[in-house]
Amino acid sequence: MLTHLQELEAEAIYVIRELAAQFERPGLLFSGGKDSIVMANLARTAFYPQAIPFPFVHIDTGHNFPETIEFRDSLVKRLGVKLIVGSVQESIDTGRVREEKGIGASRNRLQTVTLIDTIRKNKFDALLGGGRRDEEKARAKERFFSLRNVFSEWDPKNQRPELFGLYNGHKDRGEHFRVFPLSNWTELDVWQYIKEKGIDVPSLYFSHEREVYERDGAVLAWSPVVQLAPGETVKKMRVRCRTVGDITCTGLTVSDASTLDDIIREVASTHVTERGGRADDRRSETAMEDRKKAGYF
Amino acid sequence: MELLRFITAGSVDDGKSTLIGRLLYDTKSIFDDQLQAIEEASSRNGSDEVNLALLTDGLRAEREQGITIDVAYRYFSTPKRKFIIADAPGHIEYTRNMITGASTSDAAVILIDARNGVVEQTRRHTYLAGLLGLSEVLVAVNKMDLVDFSEKVFNDIKDEYQKILEKTPQIAHVSFIPISAKNGDNVVKKSDAMPWYKGDTLLGTLENVQIRDSSASRPFRYDVQYVIRPQNDEFHDYRGYAGRVLGGSAKVGDEVEILPSRTKSRIKSINLGEEELQSVEYPLSASIQLEDDVDVSRGSLIVSAGSAPEGTRSISAVLCVLSSNGLKEGVPYFVRHGSTEVQGMVNEVTYRLDINTLEKGDPSGDLKMNDIVGADIVLSDELFCDLFTECKGTGSFILIDENTNETAAVGLIGE
Repeated sequence: MLTHLQELEAEAIYVIRELAAQFERPGLLFSGGKDSIVMANLARTAFYPQAIPFPFVHIDTGHNFPETIEFRDSLVKRLGVKLIVGSVQESIDTGRVREEKGIGASRNRLQTVTLIDTIRKNKFDALLGGGRRDEEKARAKERFFSLRNVFSEWDPKNQRPELFGLYNGHKDRGEHFRVFPLSNWTELDVWQYIKEKGIDVPSLYFSHEREVYERDGAVLAWSPVVQLAPGETVKKMRVRCRTVGDITCTGLTVSDASTLDDIIREVASTHVTERGGRADDRRSETAMEDRKKAGYF
Repeated sequence: MELLRFITAGSVDDGKSTLIGRLLYDTKSIFDDQLQAIEEASSRNGSDEVNLALLTDGLRAEREQGITIDVAYRYFSTPKRKFIIADAPGHIEYTRNMITGASTSDAAVILIDARNGVVEQTRRHTYLAGLLGLSEVLVAVNKMDLVDFSEKVFNDIKDEYQKILEKTPQIAHVSFIPISAKNGDNVVKKSDAMPWYKGDTLLGTLENVQIRDSSASRPFRYDVQYVIRPQNDEFHDYRGYAGRVLGGSAKVGDEVEILPSRTKSRIKSINLGEEELQSVEYPLSASIQLEDDVDVSRGSLIVSAGSAPEGTRSISAVLCVLSSNGLKEGVPYFVRHGSTEVQGMVNEVTYRLDINTLEKGDPSGDLKMNDIVGADIVLSDELFCDLFTECKGTGSFILIDENTNETAAVGLIGE
């Protein structure tokens, strides 16, 4: 009898190999978060003993947890893959985008422009993403092979049906695909897999003491780029990340979970979704759908 | 933990969304922030009750129009199994959506409104479940609270449903469960209102149904997706055939035949990444090395010796049209079968299925989205196929429109 993790692993590896076989210039979107780390490990498994046959692409907002960048660089070195960085700071400096100002300002939305520019510049025709359908309601509608038009837009009403694992990667010039091998994984599956395979993840995911502030009921990491609102104060708390994104909008979980077993127990019994603390999702009821339509991850 | 993928099917007001909401809620798979978000959305839309359908209807257009656009996937687990629900909406595009959801499912939950009994849609859903090779069906007779939890109503529906099964021999096993999704009777918790029902709850049944995929017990079928050639000093002569098992199993030392070259060899090693395996089974991914230096590339099929299907340039299949542009006869399409792609065209339509009577009728007329037809297809090159009823992976294909790149139809290979 196969376990659910064996089936999910087999499906993900199949999808990653389809990407490598069906496209000429694929890449792997690497954020430094746990999902992209699992995806990187699956890619290694898919092609071992050959090196992963496509580069990693990091869209860098410049507002990172320092741990993420350290981890990214050591993983890329260990896997022997090429890293391509799309810099949001550069998009700001060259006037492609204008930085949000004031309380709650975030570079999250600006990433989309940098991402699209990076795709054009490198002529990527397909990018692996770590998105999962259980993360968010718009993502629940996402395909494994998701077509983006020349403007990188997603059209959720006009998606190709996917049957029996037959993925149709045909497209016109200038269009590209976003490919999601972890579509059927849940947050708990990801952690169970990390434990089973002994995969390294950044220390951010484990309980640690950090300078934080609270806003709209969420605990956020303080960093010099954050502008506090009147009445908000910085204090120290024991927290961990459930998701890792731009430091300005990634909610932290107050937690003592310091081992993988602790994390698995915590995730199995939690009453709040993983993205519940993401300020970028809370901007409106369809915030994720709107960003995805515009070309977001 | 084992994985069970199932599809839910029901007519528009059978309470499918409520049932899914109930399954998720009672297994504690709905989170506080999701519940709060749909409570807020429900009250904004002027509803007093929390609309559990908003959990699955995630897109703006769906929320605005109160409809479900296409298949949504939901996840929950119990200590016994992990479940993936493919929730296919029940309006006009139903055939296409149900076929999409069913193609990756192990079982179907078919809802019947106890007040209406077996209706036309019930027959259609059951037929499609059988056509797509789902051998396990759970019939949930819903809204029992509205028929006074009557045992007679339940038994009459059971008898009526048995008649449908005469037309769907593929379905091996059916369970009947009287439920009230709204109140939760027999969904996750056993109902006190129906002491006459001695069977398991819906969730209990889902936890225990046997997963019978005929592909698992067939001869070995391995679809090569990619050739791994490290070309470094350490693995100088390594040639690994990366792919996925579409049927059966194989172990190191087994004699195999490679298609289309029809050469023979033996399995030298089986790997999953760094891990060395002694055997591999459906539906796992692996990398296989062979004893001999033979011609293998993407699209090759590695099968157990003596079991190789004949190559063919014409196939008979049941086609379901998936594209709003329809499907045209005598026009070339890309035919995607496993990792192989050839060209093919519909040569002749042999019948058209009347989805209401399930009779095979007059084949004439345009092939439009949601149509199900029998057809003969001619191919530009040989394909090595099995019957769909024997092996799903080698018994199915899609037709891709060469102009629009759309997936125009799916085919299930028959005799």
